[in-house]
Amino acid sequence: MSKRIDVKDLNVYYGSFLAVEGVNINIEAKSVTAFIGPSGCGKSTFLRTLNRMHEVLPGARVEGEVLLDGDNLYGPGVDPVSVRTQVGMVFQRPNPFPTMSIRDNVLAGVKLNNKRISKGAADALVEKSLRGANLWNEVKDRLEKPGSGLSGGQQQRLCIARAIAVEPQVILMDEPCSALDPISTLAVEDLINELKDEYTVVIVTHNMQQAARVSDKTAFFNIAGTGKPGKLIEFADTTTIFNNPSQKATEDYVSGRFG
Amino acid sequence: MTTNSLTTSQGAGRAGDKVFSGATLAAGCLILAVLFGVALFLVIQAIPALVAPPADIQGGHGFFAYIGPIVVGTLIAAVIAIVIATPVAIGVALFISHYAPRKLASGLGYVVDLLAAIPSVVYGAWGAAFLAPQISPAYGWLASNMGWLPIFQGPASATGKTILTASIVLSVMVLPIITSLSREIFLQTPKLHEEAALALGATRWEMIKMAVLPFGRPGIVSAIMLGLGRALGETMAVALVLSSGVLTASLIQTGNQTIAAEIALNFPEASGLKVSTLIAAGLVLFVITLGVNMIARWIISRHKEFSGAN
Repeated sequence: MSKRIDVKDLNVYYGSFLAVEGVNINIEAKSVTAFIGPSGCGKSTFLRTLNRMHEVLPGARVEGEVLLDGDNLYGPGVDPVSVRTQVGMVFQRPNPFPTMSIRDNVLAGVKLNNKRISKGAADALVEKSLRGANLWNEVKDRLEKPGSGLSGGQQQRLCIARAIAVEPQVILMDEPCSALDPISTLAVEDLINELKDEYTVVIVTHNMQQAARVSDKTAFFNIAGTGKPGKLIEFADTTTIFNNPSQKATEDYVSGRFG
Repeated sequence: MTTNSLTTSQGAGRAGDKVFSGATLAAGCLILAVLFGVALFLVIQAIPALVAPPADIQGGHGFFAYIGPIVVGTLIAAVIAIVIATPVAIGVALFISHYAPRKLASGLGYVVDLLAAIPSVVYGAWGAAFLAPQISPAYGWLASNMGWLPIFQGPASATGKTILTASIVLSVMVLPIITSLSREIFLQTPKLHEEAALALGATRWEMIKMAVLPFGRPGIVSAIMLGLGRALGETMAVALVLSSGVLTASLIQTGNQTIAAEIALNFPEASGLKVSTLIAAGLVLFVITLGVNMIARWIISRHKEFSGAN
């Protein structure tokens, strides 16, 4: 239950502005891939093209192909809704639905498309998903309480539980720890390590130590200047990127000389 | 001699603070005083009608026999107006906030706001001169095909000047209130929650059901209550449209009356006990409106824990 992603010559536009140019990348199934780079380099924008979430902004469009196990996400007749059931997403700030209980938050995606689910199956799925997100022991006695009453780190793990409850092939994470304290960050990082046993994980992070800790491969994005498009500079094993990068810009960035 | 530098105060800043807090306190008290004054006036002026011998009140059976049918008429008209206006208003608000292209949305929003700016007497004239004659054939059809329902019992009014017509006019009048408020609430839905729903594979309608409507629920209730307040108190449009009469269950016959229209139509020629009776009717309307607002507050507070405010 996980698929690989192959991106071919992808350009991302906002209206007539070229935001990201010429990305080619092959992301293995059941691996953790980190995107790093300075602010505004297009790594989050590119991440969102992997489940067509960039289309939420009016005028956003792409050229090129994103293949999920060979199926083009941007092929004719492909519905972004079905893309997103295959490629889940966790956001920068924890965003459980404030009007729902913890249990309903986990089931939110499952109940879409008018799918019926028995109470027993729902209970089992809630427990499985919350265990999968390392949250079960903390919330099992208050499943009917609002999700917004949890701490930031717990909320983020609830969002991860919600994402894995729909059993996606790929999980995208857009700086999932940037709003969390160090302890919560550690909990989420541990979770990412476990998730790769079953899912393809792609994570955008500002924190280079985090990329080094959690990822198998790392992609470095950079931007030549304001108004210029972001580009993928280098993509390699994480140890290579951090210890022996082939590009000067990568080396400057990972050694803290800019960005 | 040593002075603690922290004790020296910035004179001007303090004074500004005091003036401002005094002004806000005064404004708050003024509202309470006005409300209390109006209530006091209504009660004092209404007492003669409440204690008068039943035979002296219009109708000859006491105040409550007089006001009862009008209260029911008022509630019928207002509730029908809200039932018609709410789904339309929420639909229009959602269209403006989440479906329409941006240019169309701002134009449409402007037009809806303009609807609120039309004076109620114009709505009344439109209802009486245009809507009533146009709609009376439909009443005839309802009477002959659905007359077995008490609310559509014939014979239908030939002029169309019935409580249902008045309710339809009222619904058009409250539509912009509910629409504008709901639209503002829907636009404030956090992007985070909308994206959370979309990222789970929600369609646009599912996203609205999952994120927008639950978030906007307290606001929608408030909007409906404000609309209900206007529908309950609306005078001119009802006075012009409705050819009033005794309380009847049928919505398509001549008959029924609302409190506000009753007061407006009778007040100019009233004197003595009749004035007290009409003011007592006003007091009843005041109490109804107060009750509606308290129910709205209660509905909103029931779900506080899940409101997202925490």
